[in-house]
Amino acid sequence: MRHPHSFSRRRFLHTTGLLAAGAALPPVLFAKTGGSGRLVVVVLRGALDGLAAVPPYGDRDYGELRRELAVAAPGAADGALALDATFGLHPSLTFLHERYLGGELAVIHAVASPYRDRSHFDGQNVLENGLTQPVGTADGWLNRALASLPLRTAGRPERAVAVSQNVPLILRGPIQVLSKSPATEPEADADLLERLADLYSKDEWFSARLSEAVQSDRMTADAGPETTMQAAKPATDRIGSVARMAATLMRSDGGPEIAVIEATGWDTHANQGGAKGILAQRLGSLDGALRQLADGLGPLWQQTAVMVVTEFGRTAAINGTRGTDHGTGGCAFLVGGAVRGGRVVTDWPGLGRSALLEGRDLRPTTDLRSVFKAVLGDHMRVDNASLSAHVFPNSSGARPLLGLIRA
Amino acid sequence: MVQSEIAVLRFGLGARPGDLSAAAGDPRAWLRTQLTGAVTLAGDTPLAPSQQIFAEVVEAREERKEMKALDAAQPDANKAAFNVLRNAYVPHYRAQVLARAQSAALTARPFAERLVHFWTNHFAISADKGAIFGLAGTLENEAIRPHTNGRFIDLLMAVEQHPAMLAFLDNQYSVGTDSPAAQAAARRQLFRANSKRRFGINENLAREILELHTLGVNGGYSQQDVTSFAQIITGWSIGGGKGRLAGGDAGRFYFRDNLHEPGAKMFLGKRYVQEGQAQGEAALKDLARHPATAHFIATKLTRHFVCDEPPPATVERVAGAFLASDGDLPHVYSALIESSEAWNASPRKFKTPEDLVFSTLRAFGSAPGKPEEVLRSFEFLGQRQYTPGSPAGWPDIAQAWDGSDALMRRVLWASRVAEHFDSGIDPLQIAASSLGNYARAETLAAVRRAASAPQALALLIMSPEFQRR
Repeated sequence: MRHPHSFSRRRFLHTTGLLAAGAALPPVLFAKTGGSGRLVVVVLRGALDGLAAVPPYGDRDYGELRRELAVAAPGAADGALALDATFGLHPSLTFLHERYLGGELAVIHAVASPYRDRSHFDGQNVLENGLTQPVGTADGWLNRALASLPLRTAGRPERAVAVSQNVPLILRGPIQVLSKSPATEPEADADLLERLADLYSKDEWFSARLSEAVQSDRMTADAGPETTMQAAKPATDRIGSVARMAATLMRSDGGPEIAVIEATGWDTHANQGGAKGILAQRLGSLDGALRQLADGLGPLWQQTAVMVVTEFGRTAAINGTRGTDHGTGGCAFLVGGAVRGGRVVTDWPGLGRSALLEGRDLRPTTDLRSVFKAVLGDHMRVDNASLSAHVFPNSSGARPLLGLIRA
Repeated sequence: MVQSEIAVLRFGLGARPGDLSAAAGDPRAWLRTQLTGAVTLAGDTPLAPSQQIFAEVVEAREERKEMKALDAAQPDANKAAFNVLRNAYVPHYRAQVLARAQSAALTARPFAERLVHFWTNHFAISADKGAIFGLAGTLENEAIRPHTNGRFIDLLMAVEQHPAMLAFLDNQYSVGTDSPAAQAAARRQLFRANSKRRFGINENLAREILELHTLGVNGGYSQQDVTSFAQIITGWSIGGGKGRLAGGDAGRFYFRDNLHEPGAKMFLGKRYVQEGQAQGEAALKDLARHPATAHFIATKLTRHFVCDEPPPATVERVAGAFLASDGDLPHVYSALIESSEAWNASPRKFKTPEDLVFSTLRAFGSAPGKPEEVLRSFEFLGQRQYTPGSPAGWPDIAQAWDGSDALMRRVLWASRVAEHFDSGIDPLQIAASSLGNYARAETLAAVRRAASAPQALALLIMSPEFQRR
């Protein structure tokens, strides 16, 4: 591949830290033991615009492609929050920027799942099923990974929770998981629940779900009255309350180590705005939710890695209605006390016309599965053989990215 | 389940008292008689047409502009201005949700009503997009109800030319790069000199018509086809704008010649030479009778009425009827009615929250009188009406609805509903009229032994029989 941009790729890789493996590592903040890792996966449905969330203001083609949607360089009014000489963060992402400066945010750019068409729904299937095509399994890769987690000392089998009413594909599969969402209702009557358990005794499907539901209810109840108060806040900031609930569940005694959060509303075909506007507001809510997650996790944050991912990116150029259409390459965030951050991890292909995929999309140069495998392997201690054999079948080409997690 | 129970509970929306005996004579005939004529709303909630709602919103936008200008210094100016728009929409949304629930609760043609809901979900728009908040129900009532028992091409055309769909998928401002409007702007250099704005297409509607409304994602189209189809339907817009968007009746479909990309276009291997609006209509007609469309629609119908994993033989039969009748929908539905797989005695569909609310209302022979009575139920159960959140609509498989948290919410909801309806009601009688002989002995025993009438009703609603169809 040729790369017709102003800066050399090699120099660029160096500044973003990919080649810095031999350099001094940041100090180890805590002693990591097997099975102590916590993981939160945030799935953004609708295709987050990676070139808005992480504007490559230093790429010479960016301004012309994005025009009125372009985020200005750091320092200018409403400018990006500086990451390095090429990339910034959208000005709404203040928490993420703090974490970047604190060495806890790694930004992965020009990344995509193996999916190369532009359907949201197939794209999300590939993002979540861990295969290279949208059909072929009803399981999610995170559920398959659960089977390979190192043993925990004791406790319930459920080690993952979907912070939603229902379990999204990424967590579906043979291993039981919890689902729990912020509610404003009182608890169900215990007598009614017992009678239902009796009524369901001959129906395995219903009885399994009922016992899970009773169990996760108990988990939040054990966490104390504060949870109920928080959960009772009005639903104006839905993703914020979901993030708080994830933190509460994970901090509860014997709580899950893995949580999945979803947020919709990223399909910005029209009037998406630049530094301000619709997308800026969404990014602000997401950023605020991540802050609440960190606050809620408290000391557990040091053991946590949060992955923020989406099904694909959006077109490099603005479309005819001040928005962007479905694209390919985008960005992902990896943030948390366990993350070796403060870096933009990318093999940046550039935005020149010949560099774009099919002349329209940011060309992906990193496979999202390389990020997933790195986090599952280095952080959650899932062994490599399982990762390649059944968590992500046919993924030998997507080698884990090294050094994303603190040693 | 016996056949009358299947007709009423699986094909329909659940049994009102008397429904099961009405269908008992000839369940198939009971279904077929529902397949003629427009499917009108049952109930009496007055609804404003989309055109009027558009006009009100235009007015609200003006007001908002003035407020912003006047109160720019006020910290809450933006919020107040936003509320002006919201207030214009909210009453319409609430009325539409109420009318929909009343109709589902009261209708004597519940199979036809379910088909209306099926198409609304197939051609999904989502009221959580601000611009169409007050319009979501108008697509169902104005474009879908008249054609549910008609031909697919007419249904498709009505939907894609409905202002709510055009606004939801952003087509009204999509501009051909060689269109008169874009050319004039380029000549004057207006947009290069004064603004970063440039004209171009928006692919959104074109892509979703192909992927979600007709061919399906594996229907054999390329990115080039998407782009080309987007150009074909440039100019499909809504009347009553300003400047280059002037012309047409406000709030109605309007073809804007000045935005349309001129010239013949290649699409799916065929050359479309028509001028203007006719080009898009010709393309839609071809899409409507495409074998991939027949297969995609048949798959979704079979999934909805048979089971989550549609048996290929049933799909083939329904798709065959679609092609043989050139998309005459009652023929298509009849093929489904004639499929033995649809009459499997054990129910294989887990009710969606919507199914649960509607069948509960019918079981109690009740209909909501005020929007509040249903709005909160849908919100709580996770299926806020008209807000699937994406153009793919709500998922139609159990796995999307069967989380443990969702089940606990159903329990809480059932308890509250049971208390609401507990006055002079005999739970065993409700069990008989809503489930017939399909109620299991265990369920009847639990209902009989319950500590209170509300508890008995909650157990009935939460029984596996009532939760499936």
